[in-house]
Amino acid sequence: MTGARDQAQLDAFRVDAHAVDVRDLMSRTVADLYSHLVTRPTGRAVRLAIESQLEELERPALSLVDFSSVAILDYSCADEVVAKLILVLRSGGVGGRAWVLFRGIREFHRDPIEAVLERHRIQAVLQGEGGASELMGPADPLDRRLWSRVEAEGRVEASRIPGTLMEAPDDEERLHRLLDHRLVYRHPHKGDILALSALSRELAP
Amino acid sequence: MNVVDIPPSLDYRSLDRLFQVAGSVNSDGKVLLDARHLRWVDPMGMIGLLGVGQNLRDRTGEAPILHLPDGGDVPGYMARMGFHDRGEGIFASIRGGAPRRGARPSDVLLEITPISENRDVHDLVERVQNRAGIILSRTLQYPPSAVVHFSVILSEVCGNILEHAEAPGWVAAQTYQWSKRLGRQVLVVAVGDLGRGFRGSLTPEYAGRYGDRWSDATALEAAFIHGLTRFPDQGRGHGIQQMRKQVRRWNGVMAVRSGTARIADVPEWEDLPPLEDGLPPFPGAWITLLLPASPEAVRSGEGGR
Repeated sequence: MTGARDQAQLDAFRVDAHAVDVRDLMSRTVADLYSHLVTRPTGRAVRLAIESQLEELERPALSLVDFSSVAILDYSCADEVVAKLILVLRSGGVGGRAWVLFRGIREFHRDPIEAVLERHRIQAVLQGEGGASELMGPADPLDRRLWSRVEAEGRVEASRIPGTLMEAPDDEERLHRLLDHRLVYRHPHKGDILALSALSRELAP
Repeated sequence: MNVVDIPPSLDYRSLDRLFQVAGSVNSDGKVLLDARHLRWVDPMGMIGLLGVGQNLRDRTGEAPILHLPDGGDVPGYMARMGFHDRGEGIFASIRGGAPRRGARPSDVLLEITPISENRDVHDLVERVQNRAGIILSRTLQYPPSAVVHFSVILSEVCGNILEHAEAPGWVAAQTYQWSKRLGRQVLVVAVGDLGRGFRGSLTPEYAGRYGDRWSDATALEAAFIHGLTRFPDQGRGHGIQQMRKQVRRWNGVMAVRSGTARIADVPEWEDLPPLEDGLPPFPGAWITLLLPASPEAVRSGEGGR
């Protein structure tokens, strides 16, 4: 078991897990008295802190942004911490070597996150408290199906990609889009495709 | 001494009358705001009065005097809502019935709270949780999730002051029994500021596109209906749209008055026009939210008492 995990860590090829407890980060960057993720200045401060931490990392990273201790999230904060962070990563920010998985998403976080993703026409990978992952935000239904196949598989070895993922003629193009939008991860040497949830499991200590 | 007669009823509907009498004051000399006949005041009436006081102070260079009724419930209620505390520095003096200090009724949802910086919004959201939870769930019989949605609305509407007004503002909230008009309890939330208003905020970016049609009314339509903001960033403009959506879910009213216009989302039980123009001019933005008790509350006798 330990050997398998070591192998998995090795397979992940030097991607670090970058854990972010949003409330903890807020208390360190904005004020330790605040417990709610509200107002745009607060959201901006939290996002810039995440970006700054990612920039300081020596290796590519999967940022695990955890909302489980956030009771109230308003639209302005969701726009900064979720939408703008994704836009920064998609445009090659923080060295173009970071992915993000939003965790600890509860029912009352969904409205603001869904609204900001809709407004920017972008997608994010979210994990609820039960651990199930979903692709949130407006997406082509076939893109969404392809993402779901990757998510169901967890890791798809390069040799299995044509048989496992490529169902429609333009699925290869769709896969590139999911990769460009950082919604799935491709192992830089092996070419395996990993769901972000699977990557996070493999990186777990 | 300029004497200004304050209407006997001050609420979101009589705000225009208040702004009209305030606008008629000469810009020189001492001003007395005569509110001795005031019999009814709601959160918008109170912050409107603060706004008028501040506006007169800025225009005349002298803090006005406010005379409240010498007796009755109004001065005490205003004191419990924090009016006298907030009025310090705005009014040279507040005369009338001595307010009973220190007591706060359990049904005050949110005393008049100044909003001038980011931490004010955080403090507000922290502070309102318990009381909002009780009033929203017990009095209005909204579902438990309503306290989160209400907090988000408060945060967004106050964040608007910080982001767009470039001037301090106030927020206050209270529940009332509207027996005649609606037959149920209503939560009234009032937010106001003396900033540059919607037209002032949007003019640099949009006035040219609208040309001759540009006005307070078109500026309100641009922000309220179309979600436009002065920021080029596509992520801006959520706040008002999401507030409208949530208030509609609760069958409530959202009305925004700015400059000489007012725009509103109105359900069937309210008769405010959806858009008004040519109102008495007044600086800033004045937002009213009316959230009625759910039909379940009326049936159970809780929100309909």
